[in-house]
Amino acid sequence: MNLTIDPEICTGCGSCEDTCPYEAIEVVDGLAVTNESCTLCGACVEVCPVEAITLPPKTAESQPDTGDYKGVWVFCEQRRGQLHSVGLELLGKGRELADQLGNELVAVIFGHNLDGMTPDLVRHGADKVLSVSDPALEHFTDDVYGQVLSSLIKEKKPEIVLCGATALGRSFFPGVAAMVGTGLTADCTELAIDPKNNQLLQTRPAFGGNIMATIVCPHHRPQMATVRPKVMRKPKPREDRGEIVDLRLPQGVEALSRVVDSIEETSQSALLAEAEIIVTAGRGIQDPKNLDLIRDLAELLGGAVGATRGVVDSGWIPYAHQVGQTGRTVSPKLYVAIGVSGAVQHVVGMQSSQVIVAVNNDPEASIFDVATYGLVGDLFEVVPAMIQRLKSAQGLG
Amino acid sequence: MRTLVCIKQVPDTKNIKIDPETNTLIRQGVESIVNPFDLFACEAALALKDQLGGTVTAMTMGPPQAESALREVMGLGVDDAGLLADQAFAGSDTWATSYTLAKGAEKLGPFDLIVCGKQAIDGDTAQVGPEMAARLNIPYVSFVRRIVSCDGQEMTVERLMDDGYDVVTFKLPALVTVVKEIGEVRVPSFKNKMKAKKCPVPVYGAADLGAEESSCGLEGSPTRVVRIFAPKPRDNREKWEGEPEELAVRVLKRLSADKIITAAID
Ligand SMILES: Cc1cc2nc3c(=O)[nH]c(=O)nc-3n(C[C@H](O)[C@H](O)[C@H](O)COP(=O)(O)OP(=O)(O)OC[C@H]3O[C@@H](n4cnc5c(N)ncnc54)[C@H](O)[C@@H]3O)c2cc1C
Ligand SMILES: Nc1ncnc2c1ncn2[C@@H]1O[C@H](COP(=O)(O)O)[C@@H](O)[C@H]1O
Repeated sequence: MNLTIDPEICTGCGSCEDTCPYEAIEVVDGLAVTNESCTLCGACVEVCPVEAITLPPKTAESQPDTGDYKGVWVFCEQRRGQLHSVGLELLGKGRELADQLGNELVAVIFGHNLDGMTPDLVRHGADKVLSVSDPALEHFTDDVYGQVLSSLIKEKKPEIVLCGATALGRSFFPGVAAMVGTGLTADCTELAIDPKNNQLLQTRPAFGGNIMATIVCPHHRPQMATVRPKVMRKPKPREDRGEIVDLRLPQGVEALSRVVDSIEETSQSALLAEAEIIVTAGRGIQDPKNLDLIRDLAELLGGAVGATRGVVDSGWIPYAHQVGQTGRTVSPKLYVAIGVSGAVQHVVGMQSSQVIVAVNNDPEASIFDVATYGLVGDLFEVVPAMIQRLKSAQGLG
Repeated sequence: MRTLVCIKQVPDTKNIKIDPETNTLIRQGVESIVNPFDLFACEAALALKDQLGGTVTAMTMGPPQAESALREVMGLGVDDAGLLADQAFAGSDTWATSYTLAKGAEKLGPFDLIVCGKQAIDGDTAQVGPEMAARLNIPYVSFVRRIVSCDGQEMTVERLMDDGYDVVTFKLPALVTVVKEIGEVRVPSFKNKMKAKKCPVPVYGAADLGAEESSCGLEGSPTRVVRIFAPKPRDNREKWEGEPEELAVRVLKRLSADKIITAAID
């Protein structure tokens, strides 16, 4: 299958050529042509100023009637008897979607001895909780979790199934999608219902955050998506009014792997992901000894210390502190970027922070494109002044 | 022990930028590289080979020029390779990709172990490995940071979790996806590089794999991209210039007034 480029419409302007991430399209004799590198990603379709390019149409499929599938499910992860907050955040979003579709919101939870956690799911918006408690689910394994969830989905036919993009969710959810035979969109930053056809519009960053893509799953059900922690807001708890349904382990579940040990290790990078305030050092600090400035400011603000890859690669601070595409994704209330240029790989890891403050002496630095408050100045002057002011506010001098 | 490594050739995302005026991707100077995480997958497979003997095969689904990615990893010591290339594969989402790769694994195999990278940097989905395992109906473990033991029959690994790590045991054949902690990638040797130049890389199309065209590529993909756009800039941005002291106090006052920080600054 190929892209269709209408020769009557194409002006040979070259926008598509400049945009294609795969060098798969070029203008030859005033007309755009594709080569075999084309992956049909659609980037050129969007940029063509005259709408000359179209993706090949999808032939109608003999799919099960998507109308049989009803309800919004949220898989709520628990580890060691603790609910992960991303499940509650997704119940908030799920409530919105379910209300829009006029259907029920169902929380799904697996583990052993779950009674202490299920009421919280109802309080955060679930109409119903499907709780599967069994010793076989005490420890997470991809195979058992995957088989149980896919068998529930096949039996009860939900329209939408959401899951947190934690290590656990990112690992077992794709297996479920493959077993059920449907599409899955990872790490969505936005979910909405298309009022025209009730499809789930799943928006996520692609190409390292350089572009955003909205994805749909038109002919397969359920529509499945994962969302990273702290992207959606946790709803306010409300009066209980949901129902808790205890289910047994479905027949035929077979364990293919076994957890022989589970070690809890609150790593530095986990602390970073949880922190409400993060102060990040960029290469602008120039010398590892100047990390003390960053640490002092972080401590006075009650926050954690982050770093760019530039700083980590220089060996000034361990990798666990790295924020960005190849580090942690964080979403604190306050993110303070000091001497950080704002490379896209860094920005994708922190752009959903509620407030971003940047200190940089280059007024053109791209960090200012995302900073709520951009301070153009020398960090060696601005940061000590901030430290001084905070110290005096806290009666420290 | 026969191991398969799945690698992907990706555009080097660090060079992709958005033209702020037209909101389009600027492709200038974008090279193709082997997905960095897949080099760790190769390293994991080669380390096992060093220990247990056997062979390591690399496989990729991509356009014809993805052959260069296969040759690159042969330079690290990968023994042979297969390229899955067919116009019918274009436009694959993770579901169709995992279908094609599973078919490829059956064709090139059988294998005792399949190793994938944690994720590909162009899509960052981390889905293809688990989906492939589910299709092949073999056990899988994602985000493996260490192989504790492997005797060719059974394997024990450490899997990175958000709150620590789990030690997981399973029987082979199986699939793992690995993170960068698995070990530093070795340097290509001159001998292997020379060998890689000469080694034939067979190409398999949909028909060779016995793959249904309706399950491949765009046609076989349940998901569809309906819109691509530049991330929207944050609203309410302010840029301040002035005396450092003034800037420091001004921002702290604002943060305090908005209750973002607890310190009272007035
Ligand atoms: C595949 C890939 C993945 C990557 N992943 C990540 C990632 O996860 N995280 C990450 O951070 N990066 C990542 N990078 C690297 C990224 O592209 C940038 O190189 C990096 O973020 C730059 O770090 P920096 O901002 O500290 O340094 P620089 O870009 O060197 O910026 C330093 C800034 O400090 C400012 N400055 C200098 N002196 C002062 C002063 N006295 N006062 C105030 N400001 C000053 C300068 O104006 C400049 O803007 C990745 C790159 C690639 C290719
Ligand atoms: N086209 C492909 N060919 C071979 N392997 C792939 C391909 N796409 C993805 N993979 C493998 O699957 C992993 C995860 O990719 P992704 O799900 O795209 O993030 C990669 O690190 C590769 O090991």
